[in-house]
Amino acid sequence: MARYDRAITVFSPDGHLFQVEYALEAVRKGNAAVGVRGIDTIVLGVEKKSTAKLQDARTVRKILKLDDHVSLAFAGLTADARVLVNRARVECQSHRLTVEDPVTVEYITRFIAGLQQKYTQSGGVRPFGISTLIVGFDPYTKAPSLYQTDPSGTFSAWKANATGRNSNSVREFLEKNYTETSGIETVKLAVRALLEVVESGGKNIEIAVQTFDEGLRLLDEAEVEEIVAGIEAEKAAAEAAKKGPPRDS
Amino acid sequence: MLDLRVLEPCSLQSSLAACADSQVLGTAPPTFKLPAVADLDGFQKAAVQMVKPAKGTTTLAFVFKHGVIVAADSRASMGNYISSQTVKKILEINRYLLGTMAGGAADCQFWQRNLGTRCRLHELANKRRISVAGASKLLANTLYSYRGMGLSMGTMIAGWDESGPGLYYVDSEGGRVEGKRFSVGSGSTYAYGVLDTGFRFDMTVDEAVELARRAIYHATFRDGASGGVASVYYVGPQGFKKMSGDDVGELHYKYYPVPEATVEAEMEDVTTS
Repeated sequence: MARYDRAITVFSPDGHLFQVEYALEAVRKGNAAVGVRGIDTIVLGVEKKSTAKLQDARTVRKILKLDDHVSLAFAGLTADARVLVNRARVECQSHRLTVEDPVTVEYITRFIAGLQQKYTQSGGVRPFGISTLIVGFDPYTKAPSLYQTDPSGTFSAWKANATGRNSNSVREFLEKNYTETSGIETVKLAVRALLEVVESGGKNIEIAVQTFDEGLRLLDEAEVEEIVAGIEAEKAAAEAAKKGPPRDS
Repeated sequence: MLDLRVLEPCSLQSSLAACADSQVLGTAPPTFKLPAVADLDGFQKAAVQMVKPAKGTTTLAFVFKHGVIVAADSRASMGNYISSQTVKKILEINRYLLGTMAGGAADCQFWQRNLGTRCRLHELANKRRISVAGASKLLANTLYSYRGMGLSMGTMIAGWDESGPGLYYVDSEGGRVEGKRFSVGSGSTYAYGVLDTGFRFDMTVDEAVELARRAIYHATFRDGASGGVASVYYVGPQGFKKMSGDDVGELHYKYYPVPEATVEAEMEDVTTS
């Protein structure tokens, strides 16, 4: 089996592309990222590794803007994401230049996925070690979209999804609790999903909200703390209600 | 004895040949064969002139309240020879995009057909129609890359897309302009006269069609390189529709009917006084 790792243009006898599967492993080790699509709001959330004291937190961003109306969060190798995002940003502007129209979310997702696929079918290169969550609004119909791509180059649209560490648990939570939400409710859903696998606290979560009018807005730590606190309070109230009023002994 | 010196490669070439080694190594600048003439500039100018036919035609297009009107004549001329009176100068790129032809007929036909292909590919890839701005930009970029190589086109791209009616003028110099009223070709000045005078934004479709027809007719009347049939198309939210195609000779007598001449009495009927 080890023989089929070397040149990734080669299939293994049982039809696997091992390099692609190893790349997915790298993604699974990356920090958790979640995306939730609401009616008029899309939320991206990522697990934030505690930054070193001397490190400037602003330069360690995992939620990135591709264009005014499209944003991306990823899980996996940060450097690979940087390269891919730069190519996507250039493509967004190139599209604006050649057809005088902003890209649709589907178009740029297809572009990124196509790029990821190319690196699974070329000599001497390895696949990108990231899965991305791409969100945005259609510039004309204003419809919100959430797409996910992975190292193999496949992509599909989602109502809500997670990737990275413990993504299965987060996705399970989302499957159980997803409803069509709007505004702050969408944010709360994303935060609740992320809190399933991340230590509670504004320090450990980064949330960004995308709306049609305002574009991408990164919530600052205080806002996130507030939302987390609100969710904790709701949880506590729900627990108390479940236990019922104290029984008379 | 024929003077064959003209066939020898010019001295510039032979000095470049000496650098062949560096070409093999890939360090030399790119070179190409130059024509073996004494006056290279003059030769190039003559070559471009020969390929570049005069834009003998009249085409016009304008945006009004209900959409876009596109109209053209149908004469093709080669100098003083009228080679055809039935040329289709309004090209249907797709159901909601029209292009006009002025300049080289082959250039216009080929590149607009090519544009149609690319528009269709855009639709298939993006699951939505291309905008008029996008389509005209694709054509303009293509023409720009052939700039200076002798293409001759002065075309208008007109259509209806998600943002309403669109009209762009694109030419073989690589220029692209958005506008509400254009006329292109040797007869354009005459057409502008009628078009600009009679234009009102809130015309009905029929009024707009008649204005376009009259403008083309007038251009064919005054310009020798324009004639044949005046075609008028209308582009609305449902796509384009050919509104009329009238022979300009017949239009002339419709606009300026010949008054009934007084019949002169036959000689036999004159009574000898």
